[in-house]
Amino acid sequence: MTLFLQLIVEGLVIGSIYSLVALGYTMVYGIIELINFAHGDIFMMGTLVSLFMVTNVFHLTDVSKMSLGGMLVMLIVTCLASIVICALLGVLIERIAYRPLRNAPRLAPLISAIGVSLALEDIAKAIIGPNPVAAPYLVPLVHYSIGSVDITNTDIIVLVVALVLMVGLQWLVTSTRIGRAMRAVAQDREAAALMGVNVDRVIAITFLIGAGIAGAGGFVFLLSTNNTVFNIGFELGLFAFTAAVLGGIGNLVGAMLGGLVIGLIRALVTYIPDRDLPFGLPHGGVAWQDAVVFAILILILVFRPTGLLGQQLAEKV
Amino acid sequence: MNEVMLQLEHVDTFYGPIQVLHDINLEVRRGEIVCLLGANAAGKTTTMKTIFGLVRPRRGRITFDGQRIDNRPASDIVRLGLALVPEARRIFPRMTVLENLQMGAYTRTNKAEIEQDLDHVCQIFPRIKERLKQIAGTLSGGEQQMLAMARALMSRPRMMCMDEPSMGLSPLLVETVFETIVRIRSEGVTIFLVEQNASMALSLADRGYVLQTGKIVLSDTAANLLQNDLVRQAYLGGS
Ligand SMILES: Nc1ncnc2c1ncn2[C@@H]1O[C@H](COP(=O)(O)OP(=O)(O)OP(=O)(O)O)[C@@H](O)[C@H]1O
Ligand SMILES: [Mg+2]
Repeated sequence: MTLFLQLIVEGLVIGSIYSLVALGYTMVYGIIELINFAHGDIFMMGTLVSLFMVTNVFHLTDVSKMSLGGMLVMLIVTCLASIVICALLGVLIERIAYRPLRNAPRLAPLISAIGVSLALEDIAKAIIGPNPVAAPYLVPLVHYSIGSVDITNTDIIVLVVALVLMVGLQWLVTSTRIGRAMRAVAQDREAAALMGVNVDRVIAITFLIGAGIAGAGGFVFLLSTNNTVFNIGFELGLFAFTAAVLGGIGNLVGAMLGGLVIGLIRALVTYIPDRDLPFGLPHGGVAWQDAVVFAILILILVFRPTGLLGQQLAEKV
Repeated sequence: MNEVMLQLEHVDTFYGPIQVLHDINLEVRRGEIVCLLGANAAGKTTTMKTIFGLVRPRRGRITFDGQRIDNRPASDIVRLGLALVPEARRIFPRMTVLENLQMGAYTRTNKAEIEQDLDHVCQIFPRIKERLKQIAGTLSGGEQQMLAMARALMSRPRMMCMDEPSMGLSPLLVETVFETIVRIRSEGVTIFLVEQNASMALSLADRGYVLQTGKIVLSDTAANLLQNDLVRQAYLGGS
C-alpha cells in the first residue's frame, strides 16, 4: 500500500510535467489543426535555458551554500527566463515555419514541424553534446513524510507550478477578451476576422502561451530530475502529445487530465513484479512502461475516438 | 442626396482562374437600404466577401467613407464601422450567446457603452435575451439568425451588410427579420442587403441592383425594379 501511494505521488509529479507540455500541443491543434512536432523540443530548450541560467549566469555549484533569498531569486529568474525564451522561440517558429504555409495542403506544415524539431535537436546537440548532462541541485533536497509516503520539496514545487499555470491558463481562455478571441479563431477563423480579431496575432499569441508553458515545464523538469539531454523533448513530447490525444485533442482540461493519467499509468506499471504472466511481466513492469501506456491509449481511442473529454465538454482552443 | 458611404468601382474578383465578378459598380449612400438581387451563384456572397477583404479583387477599387479598403484585412475594415451578417450566420457554435455578443463588441473598449448596447439588442431581440447563457450552436436556425444580427449590431456599425438573412426561415420569421432591418435603419444604420426574396427586399429598400452571372444588369429605385419586366419574370415569379 505504501509503495502504491508512493507511486501515485511519482506519477502525479511526472504527469503534471506531461500536462504542461500537452497544453501546447492541444492549444496549437485547436487553433490551426496542426500537430506541432517541434513543441517537445521547445520544452527541451526550456531545460537548456534553465541549465544555462543556473550554471553560467548564477554560477551555481552547491545550493546549500546559498542564502534563501539568493536561491529564490535564482529560481524565479531562471524560471522566467525559460518561459520568456521558449515563448519567443514558439512565436519565431510559427512565423518562419508555419505561417507561410497557412494555406498550403495540410501535410506541408506537418513536414515543416518535423524539420523544426530535428533542427532544434541538432542545435541542442551542438551546444551540450550527445550525452545526458547533469545539472546541480537547484534547491537543497528536503524529504517530507505524509504518513508513510515520502514527498520532496521539488515534487511540491513541480505540482504547485503546474497547478498555478493550468488554473491561470483556464482562466485566461474562458474569461478574458484574448481568450475569447482565441476560441473564436479556433471555431471560425473568418467570422473571427469579421469581428475585428487580428487572426495572425491571435495565432501568434497562442504559440507564445503554449511555448511559454512548455518553458516552465522545462524548468520544473530540470529542477526535479537534475539532468537533460538533447532529445528529451522527443521522448517527453511523445508522451505529452499522447496525453493531449488521450484527453481529447483541442481540449485544455483534457490535456491536463491526459498528462496526469499517463504519468500515473507509467508510475503504477512499475508496480508489476518480475514474474511470468499472469502474475507479473518478464523483467518487471519497468520494462513494459511504454507498451502499457500505448496499449491503454489504443484501447481508450477504440472506445472513445475523441479522447476522454472529447469535443463536447470544456473549451477548445 | 446623402453622401456615398460604400462604393465599388470596376471590381473584378476571381477564384483562381475563374472570374466571378465582372466590372461591378455600385454605391450605397448614408441612410439608405440598398438591396442586391440575384439568382444562386450570381456572385452575391462573393460581392460581400470582396467588400470585407475575405477575397481580394483583382481589379477595381472599393472605398468606405472615402477611404480605400480593397487592400485591407477584414479585421481592419470592420473597425471602420462596417459589419457583416454573413451567409449561413457563422455564429461561434461552442460559445454562449452572451460570448457571441461580446465577440461582436470585440473592437470596442468602453464597458459602459457595451453594456448599454447589450441591453439595446436584447430589447430588439427578446428571444436572445432569454438565452444569453445558452450554447449558441444549440439555438434554432431562426434564433441563430437573430443572434448573427445582434452580434453585428454589437460593433455599433454605421453600415450593416447582410447576406440573405431570410434564408431558411419560416414566413413569419422572415417578416420579423425584415421589420428588424427597418428598425435598425431607423436608428441610423445604413443597410446593404443581399437577398433572393426579391419582393420582400424591394418592398423595404430604397434602391436595388440586379446581379446576373457576376455582372450588374440593372440598377434602379426599388419602386421601379418592382415594375421591371426582367425582375418580375426572374425574381418575382412571373406574371
Ligand atoms: N471559394 C471558392 N472557390 C471557387 N469558386 C467559388 C468559391 N466561392 C464561390 N465560388 C463560385 O463563385 C460563384 C458565385 O458564388 P457566390 O457564393 O458568390 O454566389 P451567390 O450569389 O452568393 O449564390 P447563393 O444565392 O447560392 O448564395 C459560384 O459559381 C461559386 O461556385
Ligand atoms: Mg450566397
